[in-house]
Amino acid sequence: MTEPSEGGAIKKFLYVNRKAPYGTIYALESLEVVLIGAAFEQDVSLAFVGDGVYQLARGQDTKALEVKNFSPTYRALEDYDVTKLYVDRDSLEERGLAEEDLVVPVEVVGAERMAEIMDAHDVVLTF
Amino acid sequence: MKLGIVVNEGPYTHAASDTAYQFVKAALAKGHEIYRVFFYHDGVNNGTRLTVPPQDERNIVKRWSELAERHKLDLVLCVAAAQRRGLMDAAEAKRHGKDADNIAPGFRISGLGQLIESGIKSDRLVVFGD
Repeated sequence: MTEPSEGGAIKKFLYVNRKAPYGTIYALESLEVVLIGAAFEQDVSLAFVGDGVYQLARGQDTKALEVKNFSPTYRALEDYDVTKLYVDRDSLEERGLAEEDLVVPVEVVGAERMAEIMDAHDVVLTF
Repeated sequence: MKLGIVVNEGPYTHAASDTAYQFVKAALAKGHEIYRVFFYHDGVNNGTRLTVPPQDERNIVKRWSELAERHKLDLVLCVAAAQRRGLMDAAEAKRHGKDADNIAPGFRISGLGQLIESGIKSDRLVVFGD
């Protein structure tokens, strides 16, 4: 818990995204939680590790899959005051991706820093 | 300690619901409070009263219902996840013009806000999933 506000304390929420955007529904339904959660005025951050980094990859084309390409939604997170996005460096590099391949500005961090970030949050929701 | 629980996987395919159930039972036995059990993703399938597992197998849905009754647990299915997967209470069925509902006793359907609230109000939020 960080600072108190009217109606209770503000907690630090971290959403940890570990799955590729398509193939399973976890990434899409995680994003739905983030958007709904934004209305609660908590301190929100997102982390992307493992295949989760693919969620932010530019140039997604899902036409042939017949599922919605929801990657533009990450660009709207700013409007919800969700601006702290952390991406695991090794996960990016292992997949041949770089920061400029992503649809939004992020902070690329090493595993040790990512562990500190997780430790510093009150509520860690993994998807 | 006040605990919030999240179950992200359906019954039988995945052990998440079993593990969450055993965890909740053990936590209650130790005197902890369960603020809410929130079912998300395929986890909403833990709330259908239409499952009929073989008689010599555990009945996962019934087990949750009974635990909820015994300890006045708040079992919540996410409405958006439930709608995608065909989980309905009577009100939802009526609203969507469906001819049946299937929610099990002790469960209720509500929004994702209930998950966030559980994170805010609980001392710990424990997630069971893949």
